Amino acid sequence: MSAVGRRGARRLGASLALHATLVVASVVAVFPVAWLVLTSLKPRDAWQSSRVELFRDPTLANYAQVLGDTAFPRWLVNSLFVAALTTVLGVLLAATTGYAVSRFRFPGFRSIMWMLLVTQMFPVATLIVPIYNLLAALGLINQFPGLVIAYLTTTVPFCAWMMKGYFDTVPVEIDEAGRVDGLTPFGTFWRLILPLSKPGLAVAAFYSFITAWAEVAYATAFMTGDDKYTLAVGLGQFVGQHKAEWGLLTASSVLIAVPAAVVFLLVQRHLVTGLTAGATKA
Amino acid sequence: MTTQVVDTAAPGPRARGRRPRAGARHWYAWAMCAPVVIVTLVLVGYPLARGVYLSLTDATEATMGRTIGMNTIPSTYEFVGLSNYAGIVTSAEFLTRLGWTVTWTVVCVALHYGLGLGLAMLLNRPLRLRSLYRVLLVLPWAVPAFVSAFIWRYLLNGEFGVVNAMLRAAGLGGIDWLDDPLWAKVSVIAVNVWLGVPFMMLALLGGLQAIPRELYEAAEVDGATPWRRFRHITLPGLRPVAGTVVLLGTIWTFNQFPVIYLVTRGGPGGSSEILVTYAYRQAFEGIRDYSGSAAWGVLILALLVVMAVVYRRALRTRGEAW
Repeated sequence: MSAVGRRGARRLGASLALHATLVVASVVAVFPVAWLVLTSLKPRDAWQSSRVELFRDPTLANYAQVLGDTAFPRWLVNSLFVAALTTVLGVLLAATTGYAVSRFRFPGFRSIMWMLLVTQMFPVATLIVPIYNLLAALGLINQFPGLVIAYLTTTVPFCAWMMKGYFDTVPVEIDEAGRVDGLTPFGTFWRLILPLSKPGLAVAAFYSFITAWAEVAYATAFMTGDDKYTLAVGLGQFVGQHKAEWGLLTASSVLIAVPAAVVFLLVQRHLVTGLTAGATKA
Repeated sequence: MTTQVVDTAAPGPRARGRRPRAGARHWYAWAMCAPVVIVTLVLVGYPLARGVYLSLTDATEATMGRTIGMNTIPSTYEFVGLSNYAGIVTSAEFLTRLGWTVTWTVVCVALHYGLGLGLAMLLNRPLRLRSLYRVLLVLPWAVPAFVSAFIWRYLLNGEFGVVNAMLRAAGLGGIDWLDDPLWAKVSVIAVNVWLGVPFMMLALLGGLQAIPRELYEAAEVDGATPWRRFRHITLPGLRPVAGTVVLLGTIWTFNQFPVIYLVTRGGPGGSSEILVTYAYRQAFEGIRDYSGSAAWGVLILALLVVMAVVYRRALRTRGEAW
């Protein structure tokens, strides 16, 4: 009797500790984002104050100003355009390769796998200067196609890698059935495997979209006119060296982060499996 | 992320006759890989080769050829051999930057992994509100990194930042988070840890869920302590996932650009500058030193490749699949 009671108490204590830890961790995770939202609703004299206040005269003035008086809408459209173009091109180019390295063992297979892996390690500093000079020679500095080309260097190998992981999970029997029915390897891929792989394609597409969407270095170096800025560059304009418009910054951050976070939370489970696919099934 | 070679297409002895000849199959494989190979060679291979070449010259903004309106100014930079590299490797700056970059990477990845594993283990238990905690804890990953960097710059602001406001409210003095060399380093590490833990947590949670429950039950029957179960079941069971995410995390952290660039701008006085942001700044701020920056870039890549090879070999000798 007492043993059971003691065990119950210990379980209660352990359970309290467990919940306490998770609550603290959740607060740490959520607080900065929550504070961002709260700040975006404050008038200037409240965000420029050193006192801690959750609310003071909540107002949507910052949002009105961001949307009405700044280039924010322009930057948003720019970012959407660049990221969408990068995604479509990246996924289109990478899909067949992902399939080939998932299904075939051919001379050159290992080199391609290595190439895909090594290009993912390329630090931005290695390629940025030559790409900059190359784009300058082609007259593509401050042009969206130039930025998309720079992003493709990252997203193409990455998409191929992620899609290989996904194609690995599609049973080979389907390919065999396709071949028995007289389809070519490409026909098998196009008619059978691709329709089955929509979730994998979606994850790769989503990942390349957010990669391009949130990229800072290339965009800062290549886009020189403020009508061509992407969000990552444009937002920096609100908080310069000398004056910082935290009201504008927080309001635009909320406009960017909230939709992004919603989509992200919906797909995150697949993102992780996409990245570590295969590793768990060793 | 996997390189396991599961030879799914290897024809069995029985099937061989029905399949197209090996040459034909390879032809298809090559054709399917061609787009990526071509794009990579053109967009990565050529710039890489050119970057290596530039790093052997004295190209700067002044000597680089350019076109202004109708006039084309030819390049006047010259081949200088390895002198850029010699200059970098012998400079005090290199060792300082390298030292801080390695510290930054090791501390960040260790904290990512440690905290991520801890949280993943807590979330892997039967628990009320589990999915709520999960969503809340993933939130930092869901916010685009540049937005997070800006958020943190505001939170850590010396004057208006809420962190200092809370410290002052608690009767402690405020701290110059972003303007003191040491605290700036602490700050960027904290921001990066905040950003990176959710990914590790989710990946390791996936790994934990793949470990068969029976192993734990059997160990419990045998009277193994929780610590022994952790050491002999959890850690080995996580290894395939852990190997991948630690390598990925190390590469990401080593190359982490937005956090440093946007939170402290490398400052104060360059003290929080890692190799990548330093090379970037050389190429795009002040007099643009293209050759010097290219040499830094090549060195950084070489460091990463060596690290990946060593890491992979270490995993292999331990008999890991990767």
